[in-house]
Amino acid sequence: MFRRRPEARPAPGDRLVEVFVAGRPVRVPEGASAAAAVLLAGLPAIRTTPVGRAPRLPYCMIGACFDCLAEIDGVANRQSCLVPVAPGMRIEPQRGARAARIEDAA
Amino acid sequence: MSHDLAIVGAGPAGMAAAIEAAALGLSVAVLDEQPAPGGQVFRAVEAASGDPALAGEFLDSGGALAARFRAARGIDYRPRTTLWHLDPDAGLLSVASAGATAEIEARRVLLATGAQERPVPIPGWTLPGVMSAGAAQILLKTAGAVPEGSVVIAGQGPLCWLLAVQLLRAGVERLTLLETGAGGALRDALRAGGLWTGRRLLTKGIALMRETRARGLTVVRNVRDLRAEGDGRVSTVRWRQGGREQVLPCDTLLLHEGVIPSTHITRALGLDHDWDDLQLCWRPRLDAWGATSHPNLAVAGDGGGIGGWEAAAAGGRLAALDAALRLGRLDAAARDARAAEPRRAQRAALALRPFLDRLYRPAAGILAPADDTVVCRCEEITAGQIRGAARLGAAGPNQVKAYLRAGMGPCQGRMCGTVVAGLIAETRGASMETVGALRPRAPFKPMTVGELANGRPDAMPELTA
Repeated sequence: MFRRRPEARPAPGDRLVEVFVAGRPVRVPEGASAAAAVLLAGLPAIRTTPVGRAPRLPYCMIGACFDCLAEIDGVANRQSCLVPVAPGMRIEPQRGARAARIEDAA
Repeated sequence: MSHDLAIVGAGPAGMAAAIEAAALGLSVAVLDEQPAPGGQVFRAVEAASGDPALAGEFLDSGGALAARFRAARGIDYRPRTTLWHLDPDAGLLSVASAGATAEIEARRVLLATGAQERPVPIPGWTLPGVMSAGAAQILLKTAGAVPEGSVVIAGQGPLCWLLAVQLLRAGVERLTLLETGAGGALRDALRAGGLWTGRRLLTKGIALMRETRARGLTVVRNVRDLRAEGDGRVSTVRWRQGGREQVLPCDTLLLHEGVIPSTHITRALGLDHDWDDLQLCWRPRLDAWGATSHPNLAVAGDGGGIGGWEAAAAGGRLAALDAALRLGRLDAAARDARAAEPRRAQRAALALRPFLDRLYRPAAGILAPADDTVVCRCEEITAGQIRGAARLGAAGPNQVKAYLRAGMGPCQGRMCGTVVAGLIAETRGASMETVGALRPRAPFKPMTVGELANGRPDAMPELTA
């Protein structure tokens, strides 16, 4: 439930980056984090917890709380608040504990 | 690649230390997790330079410091680089960057890793829509973004007022500040003195409060028993004021009870720490130059005790001067002569601290919340469970971790560590020093096996059995 302020941050086309949050395209300012993209996309949760399956969104935005863990470009458990957006980046929610997959090793 | 001084963190302390050290002829490496210099206080200051909501000290002082850091020669600046292991005896820093690992050698290491906001464990604080006040400020700084709908800032401290001003300037229309401060705190704080020496900071704070009033901020004081409620997302904030129950619809709740040093790395290195009973946090034991209990390691900035960005920058310069002495670039007389100015700046910046620490001292419930409150967000362990473990015999947070997994999740106790210790201290009637702190271990941040395997061979140390 966050919104950008294009009037205060005039961002010509090349300063906005298009990423995909849960498959939906979102345009966010260059230099912002994947967690910011999640919040701007209005996603109800970026993950559910491994213990109680409770929904979570980013809490601290400085890399301390780990509530913003997400699957980014196929790699799970990344701190999305520490990953700057890049064109075409795919940010996916993760549910519970992630399963170990053999292709992760590739 | 070897350096005289490796600095971890590019906030005010790290930037000021790097500028000073490089000017003294030291070869300096600066590693920072973020993509641009500034730390959290001046986060994304270069990118945000046109935003009127952030006008003032952030853009002026922060922008100037970042520009000086960028312009300084002799600094090997490595953004987007995470320290995951540090061997201070060997002067070896293990870092991860761009999916690969590398080693950096340095004769001396300065940790300028800053602070984190004090976790505010209230019922419902894990709900989506509840975040720290600093998190909302990061979104404003890095993305120009603001929360929509009914926005509530709850807690206390200078950041609450600064954030309120910035959000109001940025067009947030429905904003309420719930102040949790205790009634007698102002009287106690005034007795601490320092108001005249600290008058510039005091004036700054009063100007912020005036601006919130002029912009029509709703302020509710003496807020107690705060809780967030909602089904899958916060929709209501509830509190008690003078014995009466109050309710407010809320789309975003921003919590803040001050900031505490980030001690994750200093603890993992086994450095000596002291419990600060006024700021209610642990801080590494430092001398007047920021030197720690390890001969090759120093700490500067809020990571060594909360003082704000001006004290941090001064502390960074002092640590750089001391590094120059220890590395043979300056003699003691030259170091002391050059230290006079940053020492004065540090004293001036810290003058108001005793007042602020007393005025905004968190209530007891922040370190020892009610039984039904989640304390360890990762493993979803409540205060009641932790009290139960303490009654069963767990004498410190490392034992509670073994009993309940509190502190064992991905954040490795960054969020719950101090509160777990506070609950044990309360239950067992022990001091925080007796209860102790979690002992984190490397890697300081989680990393993939792929990153570990992707070491740059030229930069790897020799492997031994």
